[in-house]
Amino acid sequence: MAKVEKKHALSEETLRDFLRDMLLIRRFEEHVEERFRAGELPGFLHVAIGQEAVAVGVCQAMEEDDVFASTHRAHGHTLARGTPPNAVMAELYGKVEGCSRGYGGSMHLYDIERGNFGANAVIGGGLPHVTGAGLAFKLRDEPRVAIAFFGDGATNIGTFHESLNLAQLWKTKTVFVCENNHWAESTPGWQHSPVWDDMSKRALAFDMRSVKVDGQDVEAVYEAAREALEHARTGEGPVFLDVETYRMHGHFIGDPQVYRTKEDREEAAANDPIVRLRERLALGDDEFQAFDDHANEVVEAALEFAKNGTDPEPEDALKNVYA
Amino acid sequence: MPEITYREAVRDALGSAMRKDDDVFIMGEDIAEMGGSMAVTQGLLEEFGPERVRNTPISEMAIVGAGIGAAMQGMRPVVEIMYEDFLTLSLEQIVNQAAKHRYMSGGQLKVPLTVRTQGGAGWSPGAQHAQQLEAWLVHVPGLKVAYPSTPEDVRGLLWTSIYDDNPVVFFEHRLLYPVKGEVPEKLEPIPLGKARTIREGSDVTVIAIGPLVHRALDAAKQAEEDGISVEVIDPRTLQPLDEDALVESVKKTNRAVVAHEAVTRMGFGAEVAAILQYKAFDYLDAPIERVGAKFAPLAFAPVMEQFIIPHAEDVLAAIKRTVGK
Repeated sequence: MAKVEKKHALSEETLRDFLRDMLLIRRFEEHVEERFRAGELPGFLHVAIGQEAVAVGVCQAMEEDDVFASTHRAHGHTLARGTPPNAVMAELYGKVEGCSRGYGGSMHLYDIERGNFGANAVIGGGLPHVTGAGLAFKLRDEPRVAIAFFGDGATNIGTFHESLNLAQLWKTKTVFVCENNHWAESTPGWQHSPVWDDMSKRALAFDMRSVKVDGQDVEAVYEAAREALEHARTGEGPVFLDVETYRMHGHFIGDPQVYRTKEDREEAAANDPIVRLRERLALGDDEFQAFDDHANEVVEAALEFAKNGTDPEPEDALKNVYA
Repeated sequence: MPEITYREAVRDALGSAMRKDDDVFIMGEDIAEMGGSMAVTQGLLEEFGPERVRNTPISEMAIVGAGIGAAMQGMRPVVEIMYEDFLTLSLEQIVNQAAKHRYMSGGQLKVPLTVRTQGGAGWSPGAQHAQQLEAWLVHVPGLKVAYPSTPEDVRGLLWTSIYDDNPVVFFEHRLLYPVKGEVPEKLEPIPLGKARTIREGSDVTVIAIGPLVHRALDAAKQAEEDGISVEVIDPRTLQPLDEDALVESVKKTNRAVVAHEAVTRMGFGAEVAAILQYKAFDYLDAPIERVGAKFAPLAFAPVMEQFIIPHAEDVLAAIKRTVGK
């Protein structure tokens, strides 16, 4: 397993930008959680509160032409990649202005212009896609990388093993980002994987470069992702990032989390990546409050935008079935 | 017009597309040095090299899924699933992913992927190497499904499938590979969704796919001796389906038989029968007959296998029932 040395190469200004992004995601998800509980949002909703540093660290490390596949817990990745909050929020409300035009919803956020090739609601569903996209970049000799986000629960499904095997075999330009929050829905890591306490071992079986990352430290995530992307981009092969993180809320909104101990929840709360970054930047209350106020304003504006969005015509349901 | 086999016709379509377009590449199990378990891709590795003729691990989900990923980046991969029984392993990627990315993205994406596969009974491979599962795929919005029965059709339709911007599941039949037929000198693309009337007749229409097209033609010849004039139509693609051609023919003959090698129950023929009874109800002079496999897995012992699958005699018997003979 490779070790990534912390270089602290990022400027304070960059880290402040990261904090803004992370706060935006946090407040966005808190607001949609509240609106969901109020019954305003159709379908169901998964938030990634506690995992913001993974989304921001990885997405900030990507180049403009890189692409990614996400999961059912996709708000953070999508916002971190720069999709306007209005478009993401409008999608959650099923509006035409949504980033998937109302056809996808929370679990199927797309933004092809920004390289988001789809949030997938089947665990592991997107892993072969990024392998194939990474193959396409290799065949066309393009300096691009395809990235997959997925959870530790996905490491037990066939597509995970088939994709990692194929990617390493063919040295596709792919990076696998395991957001290891130690929960597969309600099932803890120790109940679903024999290597739950060190997921990086998963990739070693395929002779893939495998790196453990502290997912609550956005700087560490950024640096590890940067290095992994460079490795894949130059054709040296795919990289697996075992990013340890915490899911501070339930699997879905309304999940009573009866399976989870108080200590476990407290541990998650004590590892808030936003608190850590704030401390690292030594931000005073006023300064932090200004960041936070801005995030809340953006999200509230997005809510207004989404609520006033256009409903699709029912017959639009028959469009886009075929190209 | 030159005469080539169905196998050579598939190979010609693949080679022609790869010659024309660097974005077309093929991958699948044993397709490179070995030339595929059905020898369809023989010679392609030598011509196009290992980057574009890719042997894969035994990983049906990744084969299809990687094809989807490359297709979403604008390439036109053709992936091969060695037996359509193994298509079941990749169905998640075909049904949930390939068929739905365009829709779920609100039209932002295209998935120009072709999934070639083959199957078919009649040579005692047993229950896991000969099923006909085309009806499963036709049930999924977002997929196109082709099942050609002649060298000319397989060549022209495969070309069109590769250049279609949608995922196409392309069925071939093992027993058709050595079948010869005339093809145009130059590859002529055939549009998806156009049926072909293979034999004109006036008493009854047989709508058949895959090997049943040939068995229906045999049955039609025999029926002719009994003074029954049989029209044989091959839809060639099941989605899109040329409903008009089928309905017009039945309005003319007033009788219909649908025939495929797949199990009759819930088969493709059931949908065709439903369409015909609805759109040509007043024209029908007899119940629509369905010909297909009996409701059992495919047995190994040749006598049992032959008992399960439909033959020309079964089509002939159905034809006769429709005309009351």
